[in-house]
Amino acid sequence: MTTVTSAGPIAAATPRKGRRPASRSFWETAWRRLSRDPVALTCGAILLIILLAALLAPWITPHDPYRTSMTRRLLPVGDARHWLGTDELGRDLLTRLVYGGRMSLFMGFAPVVLATLIGGFLGIVAGYCGGAINMAIMRVTDVFYAFPSVLLAVAISGVLGAGLVNSLVSLTLVFTPPLARVAESVTTQVRSQDYVEAARATGASGWRIVLGHVLSNVTGPILIYASSMISVSIVIASGLSFLGLGVSPPHAEWGLMLNTLRQSIYVAPLNAILPGLMIFIVSMSSNLISDSLRASMDVKV
Amino acid sequence: MRQTLASARSPASETIGPLDRGGPAQPLLLVNGLRKYFPIKSGGLGGSATYVKAVDDVSFDVKKGETLGVVGESGCGKSTTARLLIRLIEPDSGTIVLDGDPVGGPRGLSLREMRRQVQMVFQDSYASLNPRLTIRDTIAFGLKANGIDRATAGKRAGTVLDLVGLNPSMFEQRYPHELSGGQRQRVNIARALALEPRLVMLDEAVSALDKSVEAQVLNLLQELKSRLSLTYIFISHDLNVVQHVSDRVLVMYLGKVIELGPVDALYRNPLHPYTEGLLSSRLSMSPRKRIEKPPLSGDPPNPVNPPSGCRFRTRCHLAEDVCSKLEPKLGAPAGGPHIVACHARTPGSGHSLAGKAGPATTPSS
Repeated sequence: MTTVTSAGPIAAATPRKGRRPASRSFWETAWRRLSRDPVALTCGAILLIILLAALLAPWITPHDPYRTSMTRRLLPVGDARHWLGTDELGRDLLTRLVYGGRMSLFMGFAPVVLATLIGGFLGIVAGYCGGAINMAIMRVTDVFYAFPSVLLAVAISGVLGAGLVNSLVSLTLVFTPPLARVAESVTTQVRSQDYVEAARATGASGWRIVLGHVLSNVTGPILIYASSMISVSIVIASGLSFLGLGVSPPHAEWGLMLNTLRQSIYVAPLNAILPGLMIFIVSMSSNLISDSLRASMDVKV
Repeated sequence: MRQTLASARSPASETIGPLDRGGPAQPLLLVNGLRKYFPIKSGGLGGSATYVKAVDDVSFDVKKGETLGVVGESGCGKSTTARLLIRLIEPDSGTIVLDGDPVGGPRGLSLREMRRQVQMVFQDSYASLNPRLTIRDTIAFGLKANGIDRATAGKRAGTVLDLVGLNPSMFEQRYPHELSGGQRQRVNIARALALEPRLVMLDEAVSALDKSVEAQVLNLLQELKSRLSLTYIFISHDLNVVQHVSDRVLVMYLGKVIELGPVDALYRNPLHPYTEGLLSSRLSMSPRKRIEKPPLSGDPPNPVNPPSGCRFRTRCHLAEDVCSKLEPKLGAPAGGPHIVACHARTPGSGHSLAGKAGPATTPSS
């Protein structure tokens, strides 16, 4: 090799002196964008308030959620003692809505978190290994895919029986296949990237590459998809309770409350729609946050 | 044929690294019968399997301290060969010997040991860097994968960044999108060098850079080569760059080696009609030597069903009957290191031009 005379010395690429601007990682950039998004902030605040209220329920609620009173049934919203009225058994609605938030929020987040862990793991393994392993994992998830999600949740809950743990299991089973699918498709894309090839060329093991290179590039899309599942999960969990397959009375749960108050819809319509309103607010907020999350991660870096 | 390859002397064999085991005469890399067919249709249920013959019986050697240029049209198997050598793709058959030690097999070098000695720089400087990792983490990754602790790996990352002309304090914590194309390719080179390899494969490593940056990176590569006693396999479609950097040049066509020789001999006096066509396709600086008509027309044939006999015969102006019947073997028509696979240049092949029209080669090197 002879020197190319037209070009300067190697040092030519060394940039000018002075302080370089601070580097920002993808996650820092995404977080900054998210924290400046008014929609995300508002919805986040709403969810946070509901979550805190649910967590602190015993200390902030004015009444016992289970104490019935035959004389104070279906008091209207705006009552002096019961601000949001009472239900068909005379229990304070505000208290029950706050307590119900515990169950509903739990049923919104827990199945999605579990499904993200399981489905994400399966999808990444399928996507990274490819071939027969991919085939085996994805065809099994396809079986679950063949059923509409509500129907599947109802069927599994029906087989397992009513109860909190069983609805958790059935919802996790419902959400695992789509999350595995998303994880598999992004992993397959990432796997063929040159930087993964380059990592393999250094002699790194498969696990090391998955943890060091694949995971950081697939977490974003998986998180976005998972966050959009939260609202679905709340709605389906409420649906299960509404059908009597979820939590059993007298526990407070929004879906269940919606069901029992349904009969009073002509007597006290405002009371009857309150649990539905809560479901609507929470699922809407988490959907909007999911949207903002997607927008904030939609950066080409 | 192995003898022919091994007897070719390298002009740059005096620079030998500290890891040298086989001595200066032992080629750093000996490749024999390398083959990779990609299945495109499975043979199940009555249909017969069809394959893309991406790399078909490729044999060559790389001497210590030399730069072997590899040229050929797109799709001729250059990149696949590189990926086979570093085992990003498993070869179907063929042996690879690295400085006397066979790669793979029960008594050979393990893949990991081989990869410490052989590294690769990819063409796309952007796609070959993880957008989520800082430069330092990207370089340190390979070191940590080879059992070097975090702190040492980080320090070493800084050292190699310095080596490729990037100030570590300035660049270490940056992300790929904050670098220019040339800087990114330097980082890729730094990553390849971090493991202290002896052989670096540069797969179109400078092709995507603009000309001034390309020249800088070529100079850097050359300086690194002499400083670290490296050996390069330089894959490129840019014939001028290959001529500039290489000691020897290997020409591939449709998955086969068709010509291999010292750079001066090969460029001055190409033996294979394809090489001739490739070289005359270079544009001249002089407007008087305008090329009106492409010296090579048409696309290479489908590698799924390559032509019988010589694979180039469908586009060759010297093709005769024998070319479709017999596959030409690599051989040295005039002795010496310049070898070619062409009936027209092989005495006694049955080709009418054989033995007489073959341009006289002076065994120079």
